[in-house]
Amino acid sequence: MNYMPKIDRRSFLVSSAAAGLAVGMRLPFGDEAAAQTALPPEVNAWVVVKPDDTVIIRIARVDMGQGTLTGLAQLVAEELECDWSKVTWEYPSPGRNVARNRIWQNYQTAGSQGIRQSQQYVREGGAAARMMLIQAAANDWKVPAGECVAANSVITHKPSGRTTTFGKVADAAGKLDVPKNPPLKDAKDWKIAGKPLKRLDTPDKINGKQVYAIDTKLPGMLNAAIKLSPVIGGKVKSFDAAKVESMKGVKKVVQVGDYGAAVVADTWWHAKTALEALPIVWDDGGNGNVSSETIAARLKEGLDADEAYVGNKQGDAKGALASAAKKVEAVYAYPYQNHAPMEPMNTTALWTADGCQVWAPTQNAEAALAVAAAAAELPVGKCDVNRMHLGGGFGRRASSHDFVEQAVLIAKQLPGTPVKLIWSREEDMTHGRYHPITQCKLTGGFDAQGNLTALHMRLSGQSIVASLLPQLLKDGMDPFVFQGLNPSGAEGVFGYEIPNLLIDHAMRNTHITPGFWRGVNNNQNAIYLECFMDELAQAAGQDPLEFRRKLMANHPKHLGVLNAVAEKVGWGKPAEGGRFRGLAQHMGYGSYVAAAAEVSVDPKGQLKIHRIVAATNCGNAVNPQQIEAQIQGSFVYGLSALLYQECTVKNGKIEQENFDSYNVMRIDEMPLVETIIMPSGDFWGGVGEPTIFVAAPAVLNAIYAATGKRIRSFPLSKHDLKSA
Amino acid sequence: MIRLMVNGQSYDVDVEPDTPLLWAIRENVGLTGTKYGCGIAQCGACTVDIDGTAVRSCSLPASEAAGKKITTIEGLAQNGKLHPVQQAWLDLDIPQCGYCQSGMIMAVAGLLKDNPKPTDADIDAALTNICRCGTYQRVRAGIHAAAAKA
Repeated sequence: MNYMPKIDRRSFLVSSAAAGLAVGMRLPFGDEAAAQTALPPEVNAWVVVKPDDTVIIRIARVDMGQGTLTGLAQLVAEELECDWSKVTWEYPSPGRNVARNRIWQNYQTAGSQGIRQSQQYVREGGAAARMMLIQAAANDWKVPAGECVAANSVITHKPSGRTTTFGKVADAAGKLDVPKNPPLKDAKDWKIAGKPLKRLDTPDKINGKQVYAIDTKLPGMLNAAIKLSPVIGGKVKSFDAAKVESMKGVKKVVQVGDYGAAVVADTWWHAKTALEALPIVWDDGGNGNVSSETIAARLKEGLDADEAYVGNKQGDAKGALASAAKKVEAVYAYPYQNHAPMEPMNTTALWTADGCQVWAPTQNAEAALAVAAAAAELPVGKCDVNRMHLGGGFGRRASSHDFVEQAVLIAKQLPGTPVKLIWSREEDMTHGRYHPITQCKLTGGFDAQGNLTALHMRLSGQSIVASLLPQLLKDGMDPFVFQGLNPSGAEGVFGYEIPNLLIDHAMRNTHITPGFWRGVNNNQNAIYLECFMDELAQAAGQDPLEFRRKLMANHPKHLGVLNAVAEKVGWGKPAEGGRFRGLAQHMGYGSYVAAAAEVSVDPKGQLKIHRIVAATNCGNAVNPQQIEAQIQGSFVYGLSALLYQECTVKNGKIEQENFDSYNVMRIDEMPLVETIIMPSGDFWGGVGEPTIFVAAPAVLNAIYAATGKRIRSFPLSKHDLKSA
Repeated sequence: MIRLMVNGQSYDVDVEPDTPLLWAIRENVGLTGTKYGCGIAQCGACTVDIDGTAVRSCSLPASEAAGKKITTIEGLAQNGKLHPVQQAWLDLDIPQCGYCQSGMIMAVAGLLKDNPKPTDADIDAALTNICRCGTYQRVRAGIHAAAAKA
């Protein structure tokens, strides 16, 4: 899935054409010419080799903790045949990408696509660079390139045994033409890719040296704190700047667009202190009466509405249900949730009439550039984004660059002065791009022999793309609400064969801004489907695994991961120590995943999640130890959501303001996660998100096994699991 | 003016007495390894060591730290040698985004000072820092690895 707003690409083309791609059009920071002079000439766009053989690999996608940076470098290095111990990396800025006709292609780092969507061209980049280095050495030696090989950054002329290193021929290699469509290695021959190598970016993360966007320091920089309309979408009516202008450190009080006010001061603490004292009058934009209750009622109406967009249809589900020998029905609901990355939203901006530079934590620096240029009212070619390390992303910083826009709008009111905007955690919690709210009514029908003959899954709720990327709607329909429920395609195929199937969506949008939240619509879809499959198995009097297996014969990859977790967890044999088990499987972002959970619930209702077995078939596994880390982390993110997380709405505002009311799993609740990585080799799937899909449903099914209670609304903290 | 002793150096910082120590360290001393996560002592990203105890610096007035021995993540390694916790974090490749890890490492260093060989139950009881990336499983392994070496 590509979250890149189409309009951005168009504006890039228009703007960069208008700017004529002039050299020197940007400000000193991150300037293309400066970037080029700081390093030796590149071999090609992906590879720079210094005379001392240090290899700099260019990374277009961004690392926010998920290990993409190291994985992509492994893929390039594998084809380059370089010495891995000499590999380092850099992020080319989006301005450089625009100036070079998007030579690094897509920067979007979301949808678990960092590796799977760019592996082909980055490997070709590494292979082409190797061929150029070999050719340069061969030219120097006046021998055929075919007689030379590269390994470990050393080029050897086989007949004579002569050798040289990449660093010695890089300059000459960079002057050669870049070969097109270089052949790539088979994965079975990998020596660097596919191995559990250490991350390239760990050393600075253990000693405080890693600079995140929030740590940006520039000469003469001021700091800004911002207050946005408490009712999302509301506007500033007025504010009394005079009340705080004389407070310590305050430099300026500014309005931000029509939706916020900010105090700019010498330090952020001074800015925040003054902002808290600033009287602001708000216009609620007409949403001051909206509450969680009114939103829930609106979604409930959608569960039985006549009109709905159809995402998957086989046979005649409604007819088959009408004549079913036995029917089972359940309604589930999934709440709003905040991404809450550890690093709050922030951006530093420097604006002059001639250009605008920002330093931002972004999952898509090209989209950030488009937002910055629009806010700066300058051509894209006069702006650039300095790509800073992210303190987590999880989708919050991918398709919404509200924080970038705000920083530029503030900096524009102080021309020539860099200003760092930092959101307080409270602003971050109350102005998120929330996991969308949905409900789902599921109806299953059995024939007289107990076969499942029909399933109707009616989704009702919010569309992310209607809010963020409306150009991706298809005749009003949001295709992404059906993630994991699609009849075909690489992004998420429904894994069961049911003769009469209807999955449809009644779109019910609200003023609460939704966003792509790690796993996105797969999260609730997997809960709805996989918990209801357990309900159907129970109704049919069958084991949940056997019930699923019968419906999955045509989906061997879905079944493969399910069987793997069932076998490893010991399904069919009793669990020890009062533990109970649950299963779930799902497909999304190109990968097949399944989980088995082992839980216990004591008589007081205290839940303990002891053990998770998680399997992933991601096609190709580039760094198994990082995949393991992603899988472990996905259970923390997914189970934190299941256990604790709900953003409620009152008087149009989000009620939860910090981690005291929006809780997160700590180490004491972390189950042991046992990871099965089983790449089948015939495709490329994502790993940053997929196992999160099965975290909640596997645990919920285990809770049912332990307590006989079906939990159908979340978080679990709202429910009493005590024995009845 | 408040005099702060950070990582063995003395800094006279011009902050109001109630300025949180976190912001005095980040903005006035200029060391940004200590992170802002919540401002209400919930997440632990701001953890520093004060006179031998791990403290959440976002909720401690700078004036209360005056004259005390403050160690931040930048000062944890001694004479160019990583602290055993840092070494374990490197060996086990624990950080993901890494934003919480300064505070996590400082909290674990504090834990091991009080309890050099913690059990899993000790870790569960003592360590309440938030990691949104979800590194807890490796953090637990890292604590045991550091304890084994110390």
